[in-house]
Amino acid sequence: MRKNVSNAGEGCSCKAVFSLEKPFKGDVFFYYGLKNFHQNLRRYMDSRDDGQMVGRKTNLKNPSSYCSPFIRDQNGLPIAPCGAVANSIFNDTFTLFHHDSSGKSFKVPLLRRGITWYTDKNVKFRNPKVDNLTLAQVFQGTVKPLYWQRPVYELDQADPTNNGFINDDLIVWMREAAFPNFKKLYGVLYRADEHFTQGLPAGSYSIEINYNFPVQHFRGRKEVVLTTLTWFGGQNHFLPIAYLVTSSLILLIAVTLTVVWWKFGKNGKNMEE
Amino acid sequence: MNAKAVVVDGVFKKKERHVKANARDFNDKFSYADNRIKTSKYDIFTFLPINLFEQLQRVANAYFLVLLTLQLIPEISSLSWFTTIVPLVLVLVITAVKDATDDYFRHKSDQQVNNRQSQVLSGGSLQNEKWMNVRVGDIIKLENNQFVTADILLLCSSEPNGLCYIETAELDGETNLKVRQALTITSDLGDISKLMDFDGEVVCEPPNNKLDKFTGTLYWRDSKYPLDNGKVLLRGCVLRNTEWCFGMVIFAGLQTKLMQNCGRTNFKRTSIDKLMNTLVLWIFAFLICMGVILGMGNTIWESRIGRNFQAFLPLSELQSSAVFSGFLTFWSYIINLNTVVPISLYVSVEVLRLGHSYFINWDRKMYHRQTDTAAEARTTTLNEELGQVEFVFSDKTGTLTQNIMVFSKCSINGRKYGDVYDEFDQKVEITDKTACVDFSSNPLCDRGFKFYDGSLSEAVKLEDAAVQEFFRLLALCHTVMLEEKSEGLLVYQAQSPDEEALVTAARNFGFVFRARTPETITLCEMGRTVTYHLLAILDFNNVRKRMSVIVRNPQGQIKLYSKGADTVIFERLDPSSDDLMCTTSEHLSEFAGEGLRTLALAYRDLDENHFEVWMKKLLFASTVIENREDQLAVLYEEIEQGLKEMLTTTAIEDKLQEGVPETIACLNLADIKIWVLTGDKLETAMNIGYSCNLLRDDMNEVFVVSGHTLLEVQQQLRSAMEHIHSLSRAGIAGDADKSDMFADDSAFEETVIAEYALVINGHSLAHALEPQLEHVLLDLACLCKAVICCRVTPMQKAQVVELVKRHRGAVTLAIGDGANDVSMIKTAHIGVGLSGQEGMQAALASDYSFAQFRYLQRLLLVHGRWSYFRMCHFLRYFFYKNFAFTLVHFWYGFFCGFSAQTVYDQWFITLFNIVYTSLPVLGMGLFDQDVSDHNSLRYPGLYKPGQRNLLFNKRQFFLCTLQGMGTSFLLFFIHYGAFFAMAREDGSHFSDQQAFAVTIATSLVIVVTVQIGLDTHYWTAVNHLFIWGSVAVYFVILFAIQSNGIFGIFPSHFPFIGTASSCLSEKSVWLVILLTTVVCVVPGLAVSFLRVDLFPTLTDKVRHLQQSRRRKRPPERNPRRVRRTSSHRSAYAFSHQQGYGELITSGKNMRTGTVSPARSPARTQHSSNWMENILKRSNEVSCISDEQHKAATV
Repeated sequence: MRKNVSNAGEGCSCKAVFSLEKPFKGDVFFYYGLKNFHQNLRRYMDSRDDGQMVGRKTNLKNPSSYCSPFIRDQNGLPIAPCGAVANSIFNDTFTLFHHDSSGKSFKVPLLRRGITWYTDKNVKFRNPKVDNLTLAQVFQGTVKPLYWQRPVYELDQADPTNNGFINDDLIVWMREAAFPNFKKLYGVLYRADEHFTQGLPAGSYSIEINYNFPVQHFRGRKEVVLTTLTWFGGQNHFLPIAYLVTSSLILLIAVTLTVVWWKFGKNGKNMEE
Repeated sequence: MNAKAVVVDGVFKKKERHVKANARDFNDKFSYADNRIKTSKYDIFTFLPINLFEQLQRVANAYFLVLLTLQLIPEISSLSWFTTIVPLVLVLVITAVKDATDDYFRHKSDQQVNNRQSQVLSGGSLQNEKWMNVRVGDIIKLENNQFVTADILLLCSSEPNGLCYIETAELDGETNLKVRQALTITSDLGDISKLMDFDGEVVCEPPNNKLDKFTGTLYWRDSKYPLDNGKVLLRGCVLRNTEWCFGMVIFAGLQTKLMQNCGRTNFKRTSIDKLMNTLVLWIFAFLICMGVILGMGNTIWESRIGRNFQAFLPLSELQSSAVFSGFLTFWSYIINLNTVVPISLYVSVEVLRLGHSYFINWDRKMYHRQTDTAAEARTTTLNEELGQVEFVFSDKTGTLTQNIMVFSKCSINGRKYGDVYDEFDQKVEITDKTACVDFSSNPLCDRGFKFYDGSLSEAVKLEDAAVQEFFRLLALCHTVMLEEKSEGLLVYQAQSPDEEALVTAARNFGFVFRARTPETITLCEMGRTVTYHLLAILDFNNVRKRMSVIVRNPQGQIKLYSKGADTVIFERLDPSSDDLMCTTSEHLSEFAGEGLRTLALAYRDLDENHFEVWMKKLLFASTVIENREDQLAVLYEEIEQGLKEMLTTTAIEDKLQEGVPETIACLNLADIKIWVLTGDKLETAMNIGYSCNLLRDDMNEVFVVSGHTLLEVQQQLRSAMEHIHSLSRAGIAGDADKSDMFADDSAFEETVIAEYALVINGHSLAHALEPQLEHVLLDLACLCKAVICCRVTPMQKAQVVELVKRHRGAVTLAIGDGANDVSMIKTAHIGVGLSGQEGMQAALASDYSFAQFRYLQRLLLVHGRWSYFRMCHFLRYFFYKNFAFTLVHFWYGFFCGFSAQTVYDQWFITLFNIVYTSLPVLGMGLFDQDVSDHNSLRYPGLYKPGQRNLLFNKRQFFLCTLQGMGTSFLLFFIHYGAFFAMAREDGSHFSDQQAFAVTIATSLVIVVTVQIGLDTHYWTAVNHLFIWGSVAVYFVILFAIQSNGIFGIFPSHFPFIGTASSCLSEKSVWLVILLTTVVCVVPGLAVSFLRVDLFPTLTDKVRHLQQSRRRKRPPERNPRRVRRTSSHRSAYAFSHQQGYGELITSGKNMRTGTVSPARSPARTQHSSNWMENILKRSNEVSCISDEQHKAATV
């Protein structure tokens, strides 16, 4: 669908239903994941202009050649934000619903702000600074990226301070993943809501997905992950297993070496000239 | 054009050389070389282009230049240009600075030689000219003790008959005087006006390197005069005993025989260097392989997956097809992975070698206080090769010996003098502190003379007849010439240093040789002047091995004094002195056992009538034309019979340099083969061989090869070979298959347990070096523990070295001190020059120079071994580190669609090799030591791994690259596993490429740092500073280039802003780093632990000892004493050639005193021939060498 640029603006929606056996206690994080999406191709990764994103006005109107081929549109107007990375931003939207035993549905509130690194939000991404001008005026003379539905200054219609280059979703997307299968943070459970102060209770849930981002043509998959965190970060089975394996191997080596040392090396038996 | 020039050159070379005296215009036509010498490479203007060109010729530098150009192509540039240019410029600058300093010193030394003063005859008077301005055809004046400016034809001299004396030590190492004589026709050109009118033309051979041959003709006043070697003074000789002489320059500057002998300065490379170049090529091939794999991967990926992704990332215009995209990716990966070929390797190696050279320069234990000379590494590129030496080629004179002969002991009438005893009759070892006999009562004594046994001077004072006669003999029976510089200041000029030592001894004990005329010898005996009539000199020659004089003393008695080799003298003794002979013989053996050169003395009274009869016979015999020599010999023999009355021996010490036998023994234990190549004659060389422990009496066999023809030599070599084979066959008969044994020569070498030595003569060597025999020679020589080549020319020395170098593939070291060793020093892998008595030529041509032979031990076993050890360690680590660093990109290729995306930040790639990891590895390469210097010397066996190239070879290289690959694999996949599902503590996603890059880079730095910490055996403060400093610097730079400030200035160059701080504050990241470090380091650690426990090398054992000893107590000093083996041998190493007997008795060389023909028998009517005889004899060797040269050119 996306292959045809003219379809980029169109969307569809669908719904996925699932249930939680156990409640998720504490902070719950909502991720979207992509599989087989190569954010780590060299030309893809290079295809961005950090100068533009940090709000340099020369770069805004004159994006770096690295952004090729997403520098200018057919009319020669500069694209903001330029480059392949920004152009391919993940633009599905999710709404999570909790259905309690009585059949009532609550919208699960997700915090969609504060999901970026502090330095990204406050240093690396800045809007061009112009006094007394609205964001739309600042971006006058630029066009939105080809695949985008809305210009960069209208990304978050709910929160005007979350627009332009400092939009959280954009920042999250711009931090390119190291591997083709990756997850990115979509939102955090807003626990101030009375139903979810303890986290997510067990029960059935559904997600409404506003489907914009096509994956089938590159044989990709999309996923949604809900998770809590442990003391060392996200759920990660690799580290504990690796530690267990390594420590048992080292124990084995230690025993072998001790035996060898006892038999041969002790008192320098082999050390006589 | 070029070809034509070559032909012209060829014709020119065949042409004879025409030189006309006092005719610069005429000589200028031929454009002969002037007397300037130039060894430097650059001048100010040519330095930059030539040096840059030379540097870029190096594979590595050229490679990086190519890389740089690749990086400028945007389509394939996967890394910024600065990642390559920063290190490249750094490398080029450091090397250029080093080359410039080297050349500056060469300029200085050239200038010093070129600016020496000489006197040139021009415009009717003598003008002072610098050496470099002397031209061919000039007539120049030389004065006593001056170096000869160029190769000159001797025209006339201050001495009668145009004689002059030269010392050729700089050329061939011989310090005895040689005589040269001008043509009779030119010898009376003694004053300047006559010389100005001299317009002779010399036609001679073109420049060549044959020191002992010269052929030419002088055309003057319409006559032809043949010229030969005896009329030419060569550059590098020193004029001695001759007030002045005039000569005409024939060859100048680079065309002189000395310079022609020097050979080309070729750049010496160590075997590690060569190995390194091969390895770099291998790595390069490996790099291309990886590039091809990844490029192909890219083609496949693009055609299968990438094309689905084109909506997000359209192909650029150039990437029209997947294949072409793969091709571009190949180049991108070449750039990406370029760090497997480590650019900083070469420059680090240079820095290490420079450091090691300074360690040599600063070593106080190689500083010689007496001469104020420190060891000096003149070449800074060869250090690690010092740890791999298998063959040492040593000069004898001045290298093993001090070239000083000292009268040290004697036995007179059965009593031994010379040893010092304490009050308990225990022999006291003579040291510098031992009180020596005071000779100050003797106004004519030589202050340099030292003797420790007071009893001898007591005996002289007590007028013991035998002792007095002994010294009288020493003062009379010799052919020493005398020069009295001022009243009482006597200078003896002897043909051999032995004679000088003996006469000097007599002088100090009160029997001073004061004056000589053809018929008299004047002594000052205990203050009284006594004149003896010299009746005859029965001169020395190699067959007779003795010389005698017949004198009439003031009392009118006729006496014959004789000295000679002990065996020869003993045969001629009167049977009545048998008892005495036994005792003396005992003493003789004792002296010889101490390595002293011995000589037996005897005399007899002659009956007046008997002498008259004999004299008549002698006179008659000397007029006979046929068989005159034989008849004279018979007569000499007759009169020398029945010697008796007194029997004494003297022992002269050819003073070995301090510590020579110990050094040789030690080097032998380190499996270093020592060959002595000397210009000396066979006997002398063997004698020294024994005294310095090179030859021993317990050796199974000492083969002496001295054949004169090819066949003889071949036979001698073959029979020696068979001897060894048969003996060892007998030794191992039964268990070893014979054919097997011969099949593998090197295996056979191992099985030879018996010890052999080979002594080979110069003229035999000439034959043995021919292609059909050289292998036999080499095989035989390598089976022998010691090899001595005597009477060899400088070129032959080089040939021998070349032979071993070419066929054995072993590292050779040549050590010498004279100009005659220069060619050998330059040929060998490593040249060592002793800055000693024979001038600086050798030291200047050498790679290392120091004052004493014994420092060689420390140079090789300590500095060489350390250098090699450090270098190997350094290289192993270096390759490991670079592979671990770079191959991560390779693994990442499989996950990033083979798109040549780098794993790390570009700044990390730029700085990793030159900042983060360069200093720790340099610190290790500079200071690491497995075993202390003390133990290195104590266990010479530790040297052997270097010779067998065990510490760094292709296998080691594979192991360390394998380790590097393993590390990179673990590094990548542990991080991959960890990042696959990682999130930060605040929940934000954490699988982004920048966080991955920073974590993996930090792990890498920590892993390689821990690894170097484990590899370092010897920690100094510098190591600590470098290692911990580097880690600290890594973190400082990491945070600096990912800081807000620098991002604010260059946002597109520092996109990693904030990654470090958000990344390294995570616990999970540190858990990953810890895991990686442990997993990467433990296997290597376990392997080395097992190896030390199960298969410890000698190094491990010594280390173990060293550690346990350090724990217990400080090491006790245990200097090794080497006992000389005692043996009896006739060691009459007398003069090099026939003495001056004829010269003296003919009176030709006496300025005063008339000659009465009637009284001196040796002259008579043949006296006109004496000079020819002398010259003929002195040319004997040259004839042989001529043959050899002919043979060599065929």
